[in-house]
Amino acid sequence: MNPIAGIGGRVGLKGSDGDDVVRRALALGAVPEANPRTVRALERLGGGAAGLELLVGPGPMGEEAARAAGLAPLVVGGLSGDRTTAEDTRRFAAAMAEGGVDLLLFAGGDGTAADVLAAVGDAVPALGVPAGVKIHSAVFAVSPEAAGALAASLARDVAAGVRPGFREAEVLDLDEDAYRRGQIAPRLVGYLRVPREPRLLQARKAPSPAGEDAATQAIAEDVVERMEPGRAYVLGPGTTLRAVAERLGVPKTLVGVDVVRDRRPLAADVGEDALLSIVEEGPADVVVTPIGGQGFVFGRGNQQIGPGVLRAIGGDHVVVVATPWKLASLAGMPLRVDTGDPKLDALLSGHVLVTTGYGDRAVYRIEA
Amino acid sequence: MSGDVADRGAWPIGAKPPLRRFHQARWDEPVIFELSQPGARGVLPPAVEPGIREAVGDPAAALPASVRRTTPPGLPELAQLHVVRHYARLSQENLGVDLNVDVGQGTCTMKYSPKVNDQLARSPKPADLHPLQDASTTQGILEIMWRLEQLLKAISGMDRFTLQPGAGSAAIYANVAMIRAYHASRGDDTRDEVITTIFSHPSNAACAKTAGFRVITLYPDADGYPDLDGLRAAVSERTAALLITNPEDTGIFNPKIDDFVRVVHEAGGLCAYDQANANGILGITRARDAGFDLCHFNLHKTFSTPHACGGPAAGACGVTEELAPFLPIPTVEHDGARYVLDHDRPSSIGKIRPWYGVTPNIVRAYAWIASLGAEGLREVAETAVLNNNYLMHRVLQIPGVSAPYAEGRRRIEQVRYSWERLAAETGVRSEDLGLRAADFGTHYWTSHHPWVVPEPMTLEPTESYSMADLDEYAAILRHVAEEARTDPDLVRSAPHASTVHRADHGPLDDPDRWAVTWRAYRRKAGLDG
Repeated sequence: MNPIAGIGGRVGLKGSDGDDVVRRALALGAVPEANPRTVRALERLGGGAAGLELLVGPGPMGEEAARAAGLAPLVVGGLSGDRTTAEDTRRFAAAMAEGGVDLLLFAGGDGTAADVLAAVGDAVPALGVPAGVKIHSAVFAVSPEAAGALAASLARDVAAGVRPGFREAEVLDLDEDAYRRGQIAPRLVGYLRVPREPRLLQARKAPSPAGEDAATQAIAEDVVERMEPGRAYVLGPGTTLRAVAERLGVPKTLVGVDVVRDRRPLAADVGEDALLSIVEEGPADVVVTPIGGQGFVFGRGNQQIGPGVLRAIGGDHVVVVATPWKLASLAGMPLRVDTGDPKLDALLSGHVLVTTGYGDRAVYRIEA
Repeated sequence: MSGDVADRGAWPIGAKPPLRRFHQARWDEPVIFELSQPGARGVLPPAVEPGIREAVGDPAAALPASVRRTTPPGLPELAQLHVVRHYARLSQENLGVDLNVDVGQGTCTMKYSPKVNDQLARSPKPADLHPLQDASTTQGILEIMWRLEQLLKAISGMDRFTLQPGAGSAAIYANVAMIRAYHASRGDDTRDEVITTIFSHPSNAACAKTAGFRVITLYPDADGYPDLDGLRAAVSERTAALLITNPEDTGIFNPKIDDFVRVVHEAGGLCAYDQANANGILGITRARDAGFDLCHFNLHKTFSTPHACGGPAAGACGVTEELAPFLPIPTVEHDGARYVLDHDRPSSIGKIRPWYGVTPNIVRAYAWIASLGAEGLREVAETAVLNNNYLMHRVLQIPGVSAPYAEGRRRIEQVRYSWERLAAETGVRSEDLGLRAADFGTHYWTSHHPWVVPEPMTLEPTESYSMADLDEYAAILRHVAEEARTDPDLVRSAPHASTVHRADHGPLDDPDRWAVTWRAYRRKAGLDG
């Protein structure tokens, strides 16, 4: 538990990254909310607690919350100083992963999620208790209660010998300084494994009973079948595009942009300049998938595919792919573009045919 | 307990418990194959009489070798008593359509199906018919089929019907096949796309896909209606047809439906109205009047044959005169004196199933319509809509539930509610609430996947249920939602008094593990060694 998560929110500081912000927040009268939120989550562990072993960080990093929830936890390690830091989060997360936990429940915001990701990668499934200011990642439960309920049901499954399912979910982080200037520019940091039971996850991910995996495969089949010889295909970040690469048998940078041509890799993890030279030298399509729950098609997590690249490719050669579950996660919100070039954004706006499966299209609105 | 029950009014026989508690039977009954005792017999047919054997020889010898078994089938071997006991036990291990206030199976149009119609369907006259009998001996059933077609024509405004499809999806498939044949007959072979909406009956997309079409799905606009501008963006010279449900599964009637038809017609496509569930619009709107070229009914939904959740079903397709040549063969014709099955229809798409229609359900649907008359049909729709809006009023008073898309507006025959707020506040999901309802003798269905409406619950109180029934149902929902706040673990671990408490859905979603036959189960479970 990141004890200072969310401290900047109510006092309008839009985040809690950095000592200076924490000091200012406290000076503005901010009260840390992470502890009570974590207690609310842990209280829901109740029913699953039989036979459940709970490991926590020391003192304010989980131990106090667990005791307040009436639980008797095992404490992992000790604090490095009198103030907790992101390094503490990473250290304890790594120690718990090492200890073989079934689930890493962390309380905080996007920054905490990024710290957990840095520490454990995909070694251990994780689930976020929403306690931070910025909650854009798809790894958080919709509420502390929901996080506790999910963890409890997972514990019950493990105890009953049912193998729980997991899936990869986006970890996004924002540049807080830019965010304070009013620019929302989330960066796709990577993917954490979260419980497959996604109904209670932030970003309103609709349930995906194996169907989403099948839909992803079907999308990949459709995209690959439409590929033309001699044409470059710019594949954006994400698991849907990774499935396209897998179908081709080529490697894929999960959080980066890769290019294939004639079913072979042409360039990996490219930046804007390299992309521009590729798409200017010959015909190209760009294949992208929106960010779940947010709907950004361009300008979030794939800024490499900048306005110059898109103008060179042409709007008719933008292929948007998304599973029906991802579209459902938008809860009626339109898809969004924010390339940094308003005229281009206007060109890309309107109704598009989104590839949702093999031979399946959805008509969906894009708004700038 | 809920305050809802106090205003129920006087209960006729003493104090009625606030909420009914239900306990399902549990027999730990094995699969019938596991009960098999080698050598046990239910029926011993008499041996062939000597005179017949001499005249006919070995009856099996008349069959070609290719259809003769070399090994006996792996059927279970049981005495009659054990068969009866097995199925009687299984019949107790469910909620039962005649036992509960079955308004929770939204989109399925669960209504009371009068027993007298069952008696008609099971009486020897229709039950003992054989489809290969000469038409001179089947004039009665052909007349019922012909008359039912006339009734469905009046209800929909269409020019011709076929009753051949064995189910709703078979009817949609027949419509899609007719659409393909229509375009092909005009030499138009570029039309390979079918347009539908996300809240339409999902069989539309599935059947179009099965028939080889690409499928384009429209999402709702900001008002909760299918997106008309999206439709304009979707139509092209590749558009074969629009397959659309109205009202959609949200219970919202699309008032711009004639604009949808016009846009598709202008692009050269046909329009098929999915009226699988027509319960809210009987006698009020007609597919033909909205400009549709085709429609279909599920006789087992609207027309009470009934929805048996697994069969037998029955579908009926209606078409305009222009599309009538493509109807499946045979059609039932009446020349003023005799009824005949007409197989001589050169443009026909052929057969959707081997014989003409599911006869018992055709009898039930005919009897149901005949018993109500035109005014009765309209009263069915009006009562169903009234019931639905009354129940919606009661349900929306429960904290934590909403009716997204077109919030604040009335619905037609069903509502897709959302428990999203309650789930966020308590961690209890819609599925948990539906399962907890089983402890009070009822249940509900969430929705098709994907869940466009988060934490969904789809309720459809047809014309059959009384105000007291609906009050009881709403009281159960209110109670269960309250429990989600006061004792969430109780709800999350429900049902507590059912045959099966929680099923692991994993295998149902996994092609390597799902098994719809005993043989598939043995193979996939590795029991065959």
